[in-house]
Amino acid sequence: MSGIAIAFWVLATIAVVTSLLVITSRNPVASVLFLVVTFFCLAGLFVTLHAHFLAAIQVLVYAGAIMVLFLFVIMLLNLGTPQWFDVAGTPLKLLALVLGLAFVGALVAAGIGDFEPPASGPGAGVDPDILGSTEAIGAALYSAYYLPFLVTGLLLLVAMVGAVVLARRER
Amino acid sequence: MSEIGVGHYITLSAILFTIGAVGVLTRKNAIIVFMSIEIMLNAANLAFVTFATAIGDLGGMVMVLIVIAVAAAEAAVGLAIIVAMFRHRETVNVEAFNTMRG
Repeated sequence: MSGIAIAFWVLATIAVVTSLLVITSRNPVASVLFLVVTFFCLAGLFVTLHAHFLAAIQVLVYAGAIMVLFLFVIMLLNLGTPQWFDVAGTPLKLLALVLGLAFVGALVAAGIGDFEPPASGPGAGVDPDILGSTEAIGAALYSAYYLPFLVTGLLLLVAMVGAVVLARRER
Repeated sequence: MSEIGVGHYITLSAILFTIGAVGVLTRKNAIIVFMSIEIMLNAANLAFVTFATAIGDLGGMVMVLIVIAVAAAEAAVGLAIIVAMFRHRETVNVEAFNTMRG
């Protein structure tokens, strides 16, 4: 097996196992830490896909900022212990398990694994290392995709104001 | 088994998405429900990056950046809502948040 294949199988296995631990662990702090491991594995998978810039952003924003926010709220509300109400009853768990397996089975049966990239057409011969570089993504953000980029900035501003308003103590 | 293709990544993405969906269905702790949603968003990101690399188009990569920004905004607002609800109800049990039930 090539290096990419080994990296894929190792990272994919760790990602699936840790994300299962996220949704089964009773302790919220343990869930957050397992989720950080999942995000690091996904960053590694982005590297195997030659998306180096997105891998860096994944670590910075997800593993850095968002998970700190989760940990901060858990500590602030003193929820670091297992909650008595947390896990659903056995019937709902079984139903979720069956539905989940059926969903994955349906997707695989529908042939999502059979996609073949087009041999010709636009972008067929692009070097993936150049495609995922910071330079290429930056150029695209400030030219073809400038409007979505601006709207994203506006969204972050609105979210910031919204979070402050929601978390403010009413008087 | 030897060559890793688009199908492997997309199947992994589907598995991660399903794990997130099962987490949303089975957990009652609002914070862990949010974490499951983050897993689902990440599964979508993996699919975007995979297809962007496969067809050589930057749109998928730009979309991942936007999804990450949306996830950050969603986490900030969602956790602020959890903090506000915790002040009223003294719990993060999603079944206690039923004020708007018809």
